[in-house]
Order: sequence, then C-alpha cells, then structure tokens
Amino acid sequence: MSEDLKKTPLYDLHVELGAKMVPFAGYSMPVQYPAGIMTEHKHTRASAAIFDVSHMGIVRLMGENAIPALESLLPADLENLSENSIRYSFFTNDEGGILDDLMITKVPGGLSLVINAACKDADIAHIKSKIGDQVTVEVEYDNALIALQGPKSVDVLARFDARCADMKFMTFMTLEIDGVNCQVSRSGYTGEDGYEIAIPADKAVAIVRRLLDEPEVEVSGLGARDSLRMEAGLCLYGNDIDTTTTPIEAGLLWAIQKRRRAEGGFPGDDIILKQIADGAPRRLVGILPEGRAPLRPGVEIANAEGDVVGKVTSGGFGPSVGGPIAIAYVASDYKTPETALNALVRGKEMPCKVVKMPFEQKSYFRG
Amino acid sequence: MSELKFSEDHEWILIDGDVGTVGITEFAQEQLGDVVFVEVPDEGKDLEKGDEAAVVESVKAASEVYAICDGEVIAGNEALADEPSLVNSDPMGEGWFYKAKITDASQLEELMDEAGYKTFIEGQG
Repeated sequence: MSEDLKKTPLYDLHVELGAKMVPFAGYSMPVQYPAGIMTEHKHTRASAAIFDVSHMGIVRLMGENAIPALESLLPADLENLSENSIRYSFFTNDEGGILDDLMITKVPGGLSLVINAACKDADIAHIKSKIGDQVTVEVEYDNALIALQGPKSVDVLARFDARCADMKFMTFMTLEIDGVNCQVSRSGYTGEDGYEIAIPADKAVAIVRRLLDEPEVEVSGLGARDSLRMEAGLCLYGNDIDTTTTPIEAGLLWAIQKRRRAEGGFPGDDIILKQIADGAPRRLVGILPEGRAPLRPGVEIANAEGDVVGKVTSGGFGPSVGGPIAIAYVASDYKTPETALNALVRGKEMPCKVVKMPFEQKSYFRG
Repeated sequence: MSELKFSEDHEWILIDGDVGTVGITEFAQEQLGDVVFVEVPDEGKDLEKGDEAAVVESVKAASEVYAICDGEVIAGNEALADEPSLVNSDPMGEGWFYKAKITDASQLEELMDEAGYKTFIEGQG
C-alpha cells in the first residue's frame, strides 16, 4: 500500500479489529471487517453500526455575511434555515453541473459544512476564491468523524447523553459523550436513523471503544456504507452526480427550496431553472434487474429496440433487497416506474425495469 | 487417482483422467467476500487457456475467472445460480465452477501442487 496515504485517528483501531484497508480519496480506509459487507449491512439495518467517516472535511464559514455568501455558490435556502438545523445541498458550476454535495449546518455565528473527502481541497479553494473576502474560512483538521447508524443508535447514544433522543432528523447539538463534548448531527447516509458525531481526535479511539462495548453496536466499513446508501437511493458524488450532471437530472429538485427557485442567484441558475420549468433530457432512476446478475457502473441500458438510452452510475447487490440493484441515468422518455428496459452485460441483454427509489424504505425520526 | 493443482490466479483444478473440475480457492473466496452472483460457462463451450471462463461477483465487485487450460466444457455448476454463496462456504467442493474435458494436458505441468500454492499465497500476504 502506498506510503503517502493519510490515516484517520481510528486507523490503528481498524487494523486491530481486522479491517481490510483500501485506498480511498487519499486515505487508507476500512472497506470491510471480518464479518463481511453482507453481515455489516444487515446489522446496520437491524441494530446499530459505527462507520469511520473522518476522511470527510469539516469547514466553517464564519461572519455575518456567511449566509448570502454561501448562497451565491449553491441553490439551498439558508436564510430560512433555523439555528442548529441541517440542509443537504451541492455546489454548482456555471453549466449547472455539480462540483460537490455537502451538508450545511447553521451554527452560532456562521455555517458548518461537511464536504466529500475527494473534493475537499477543490471545495476549499473554490470557497476561498469566490467568497473568501466575505467570510472567515476555518478548516477543521483535528476531529474524527464517525457515523452511528441503525434503528438502535438512539438507544445506544441515549445511555451516554439522553438529549440525543429528542433531536429531530437533520438537526445538530453538542452532546457530552463519556465526558467529552462532541458535535452531533442526527443524520446519515444509510437510510436509517442515526447520528454523525465529530469527536476530538485524541478522544476518538476511547469513545469508539465505549460505543462498541454496547451490545447493539458493531463496526462497519465503506463497502456496507455503499450498499446501504444505494438501497436508500442516495447519490454518491463521482458516481451518480458530478460536474456533467445537473441537480434536476439527478432528481435533487427537493434540495432547491422555493425561494431559490424563484430568485436564482447561484452558478448555473439559468440552466437549472430552465430544466425545472421544461424538464431535463435525462433522469436518474432506480433500476431493478430481473435476474441475479449485478449491474456495475458503466453498464449500458437499452430500450426494446436495442437503442442505448441510459447508463448505470451505481450498482451492485442490495443485501436487504436480497438481489441486485442499480442507479442509472435514462433518457426522460424512459423514467416512468415499471418501464421495461434491458441492461447490456457482457454482450447479453438482461431484462430490468425502472423503479421508484428508495429500494428500502427509510425510517428517520421526525419528532 | 485424481490430482489437485493450483494456478497463480487462485484457481484449483481437480484432474481425474482427462476431466478437470475447476473452482476458486479458499484464499480467493476470502479476498472476494460475500459472493452474490456466478456466471458459469455453458456445456460445449471451447475454452483456451486464459479465456474468460466464468464471472464471480461479490457485493463490491465483479471478477473474471480465466480458463486454467484448454478444454471443452462438460458442465457448469448450475447450483451456483440459486446459491452463489456455495463459493464462500465450500469453495473447494460444492462451490466448483465447471468441469471440462482437458485437451492440452501439457499446460497442467506448470501449475502448482498444494504445498507450492501454500507457499505462493504466503508471499501474497
């Protein structure tokens, strides 16, 4: 393995737990533990699992202009975001494409952003060059970030700080876990209830060990994180969304609030607002193959006449679905659920159909 | 008397006269993780050494299984269609991929025996 891979504060613990480490976005990360992806995935849906997501970046934009400044880079309505609430959004480019997706929390005196590992440096450069004169940019290097995901997460975390049970989905709070102040969001990337917890780096191993001592909790790797998010119908940056896909094509209109649809004022707004009005030429849809062969990214999708009308961007096996699932862009004529199509795998036509996502129903705590 | 041999691609072949049964090794199934789909070759298919003979897919990724020697496929393991996890639970037994009539036995000479393969995977860490 390459020498220059970065390690998260939990690296030694992963190795101790028998993780298979792989390079991911410049970090050495656990793809799975001895239990395996299938078991880790199912355990997350049934109980609670810890994922190390410390490779993601945390950036704070501080100052009284933080909201209008950040709104100039993305289409979320932040003016109407209440304190300690979280919103999903994406930086757009002038062509209406997506530079990265992120979570934004309104914190006292500014905004806190969680951005993708692979886009971290580019995002920070983008922010500094476009709005660096309007906000103070603070990059957080000294935290571990873990996700505690699954229906039992609330029971587990409540043993450390009971206030977590009252947090609504997509809200933020500072909790005391084992005597340490941690920045906690009720959110995640698995389609399950759960929390994302930023812990001071030097306390991270001790807290993760305490959480793993709870009978409901197991560790889970990036492999299960990917199969869980696919079943939940959540986009992965670099696969399902990138600089060449618009939010409307990706089915992310829900993340562009009314005021921004009316006013625009973000990069690519002309293209994106036009697609809101007139529709997009292609759409991201769920694909359910009839057979058992998984459809991997890059697999082409054809109509009954054999013309290629789409391409898989994420795909594999859904352990909770019990079969293969995929996410694909298809020409808008074919986006309706139940549309019959064929995936072209190793020179063969494999029947499949368009389905509504998520593949597995989400269960979030709305209060 | 049958003979078991191994390739550097982590396949095994059980040679019984001119018939070989081919599968992947314990080491290979551990590396792959949970197997969710296997595509085995059809009966009658002519394979040349190095051809893509089968596909094995784990939750995470697809991998090719290359023909270990020239041969004509006599049978693919149909049980794997409904129960691909046999590759994990019994890779050297019920998780076999295909049986072939070996047409060039000389290619088997360069394969490793069990002790040689054991040494080989120790080097792979």
